[in-house]
Amino acid sequence: MKEADLMLKHPLAKYLRQERMPHIWCEGCGNGILLNSFLEGLDELKQNLDRIVVVSGIGCIGRAAGYINVDSFHTTHGRAIPFATGVKLANPNLKVVVISGDGDLFAIGGNHFIHAARRNVDIKVICANNFNYGMTGGQYGPTTPLGSWTTTTPYGNIEHPFNLVHLAAASGAVYVARWTTLQVRRLKNSIKKALQKEGFSLVEVISPCPEIFDRYNKLGTAVDVMKWFKLISQVKHGYDPAKAEVAKNKIIVGEFVDIEKPSYGRLLREMTANVQDKLKGEK
Amino acid sequence: MTTIKQNTLALNGDEAVALAVKQSDVDVVAAYPITPQTIIVEKFSEYIADGEVETEFVCTESEHSALSACLTASATGARTFTASASAGLALMHEILYVTSGCRAPIVMAIANRALSAPINIHCDHSDSMAERDSGWIQIYVENSQEAYDSIIQAFRIAEHPDVLLPVMVCLDAFFLSHTLENVKTLPNEAVQEFIGDRQIPLVLGHEGEKVPFKLDPKNPITIGPLALYDYYFEHKRQQEEAMREALRIIRQVHNEFAETSGRKYGNGLIETYHLEDAEIATVCVGSTAGTIKTVVDQLREQGVKAGILRLRTLRPLPFSDIKKALEGVKALAVMDRSNSFGGHGGPVFHEIRHVLYGTHSTPFVVNYIFGLGGRDMPQNAILGIYRDLQAILKTERVVEDVRFAGVRE
Ligand SMILES: Cc1ncc(C[n+]2csc(CCOP(=O)(O)OP(=O)(O)O)c2C)c(N)n1
Ligand SMILES: [Mg+2]
Repeated sequence: MKEADLMLKHPLAKYLRQERMPHIWCEGCGNGILLNSFLEGLDELKQNLDRIVVVSGIGCIGRAAGYINVDSFHTTHGRAIPFATGVKLANPNLKVVVISGDGDLFAIGGNHFIHAARRNVDIKVICANNFNYGMTGGQYGPTTPLGSWTTTTPYGNIEHPFNLVHLAAASGAVYVARWTTLQVRRLKNSIKKALQKEGFSLVEVISPCPEIFDRYNKLGTAVDVMKWFKLISQVKHGYDPAKAEVAKNKIIVGEFVDIEKPSYGRLLREMTANVQDKLKGEK
Repeated sequence: MTTIKQNTLALNGDEAVALAVKQSDVDVVAAYPITPQTIIVEKFSEYIADGEVETEFVCTESEHSALSACLTASATGARTFTASASAGLALMHEILYVTSGCRAPIVMAIANRALSAPINIHCDHSDSMAERDSGWIQIYVENSQEAYDSIIQAFRIAEHPDVLLPVMVCLDAFFLSHTLENVKTLPNEAVQEFIGDRQIPLVLGHEGEKVPFKLDPKNPITIGPLALYDYYFEHKRQQEEAMREALRIIRQVHNEFAETSGRKYGNGLIETYHLEDAEIATVCVGSTAGTIKTVVDQLREQGVKAGILRLRTLRPLPFSDIKKALEGVKALAVMDRSNSFGGHGGPVFHEIRHVLYGTHSTPFVVNYIFGLGGRDMPQNAILGIYRDLQAILKTERVVEDVRFAGVRE
């Protein structure tokens, strides 16, 4: 037998592009857990992989698009959502998932996020929130908590961060949830739910960054961060997203929004059909 | 020659830039991180946090906002700096033109990096070459020492009342940005004395009176309003005039800096190496010039009349300096670390052949596109180019004038 045949195969290996392994993520990084939860969700839903499209921007988590063995697009920094919108509108039969970072989605690409949510474009956004720009070396970004240390805030951050679930809810998303990488089963279930819903969904994943953000903030090892998640996470389904804090002593997790509203694509198709009917009638 | 005591430090290109910015007494820095420029701004944020500079520092949410913030800061009379690369520079495109059009003397360091797609973080010049018509002065450096020196010069050039144009100082990604080198640094006072305070020229105000050209509530003026077919063209004509003036000012500032530091880069616009009696020569920009000079040394030892012209400023293009320097060269290879797709050659090639048109003894000219996405350009490949030039001289014929060096075909 060849050495390769003797090796244990990961049960989700068929969903990955083996030739792209090993991945670039640091030991203890939360991105692997996020990816794993997504793949498990796909597996359990028995999704037709030909119908799934993954779009990501640029960043550590952005590499996910290149690792998953489905049709995927690794776009430019900040533009994952417009690319995904184009895919969805061109072929409404596809399930379009955006997997990207806090910086990509909420700094340089923030405008696209709020407008896609407002229009209720039928795409699922999974955001790896590690509180910094990991890929470029740990600068502060739009979710960096007040007082945190990063490479560009050596004496602490003085900018107020976004509350992502509040932003998504206020902008019009139909499904909004937040989990840390500790609550893997619930995270997977939220991803599954988002995949089955029509409309704009956000699943925020609070994710450890042991080599950069966590180190700068003296949060200890990846295991310490998981223990910290365990200690301070409070599950509050249906909680007011405006009050769902992410703080040193408390992270409110759960499902905050789960409503029904026609998606942009549906309204567009209905309108087109109506206009075409009208034109036929006039002939 | 200088008597100032200089401190030799081991710095990479990005750190050399950050130090020069620190010493240049900058009022505002606004930036967004992108590899391989990140070290510049990170280093600078350390200077700020440690109280070593009194600079307002803004980490914006994108490059478009970074340059917008710099533009308005500069319009109030502040000395302003930013840095970017690749996609970041591309995202600034709109504001690049607004900056030069508003005559805002911002200095920006570019760590030259390839443009997507495919995504790539390594060196080529496609980012800044795409912006060569944006009205910015462009200086390309060969090493980290020159990056340090050029940033200091850039503030003087940009802010000179006869110029008032933004300046890009371009350094090659990783080869310079991340590579340690011995860099001679001037004392703070020497740099500050050299640069001085930003001079604000007087312009005509709304009522025909003379007012300082800056946003100031005491003397209100408007910067950047609508100008249609009535006045737009005149603004653009003035920008061209400023570029012409810049040719003179870049040389002047470069010579003054040489007196302070003892360092010169040709005449500030172009630098030649063994070009005076050269029969075969290359033209290039950026760090590759260093490798080429080594190859020229080897060829000279073998008695080959080889030389090189390094273009330090691409904008403004030192048209007559290039023309004069290349007189007598019989076969010339123009090196491009970017391509103009479908344009029959790269941007530097276009410029150089354009200079050579109508000269009495036009040399044979070939173009080599090389090093895209950070591909190495080793000495033997450069040697191959000089051998090609020798063959051209011998056969007196150019078979293919646009060639690709070091690529799988
Ligand atoms: C226009 C542009 N600007 C800057 C960059 C550099 N850049 C690459 S990734 C990144 C930040 C990524 O942060 P985030 O989205 O939070 O992902 P993470 O790396 O933390 O997973 C930046 C600024 C770029 N690629 N393109
Ligand atoms: Mg991040």
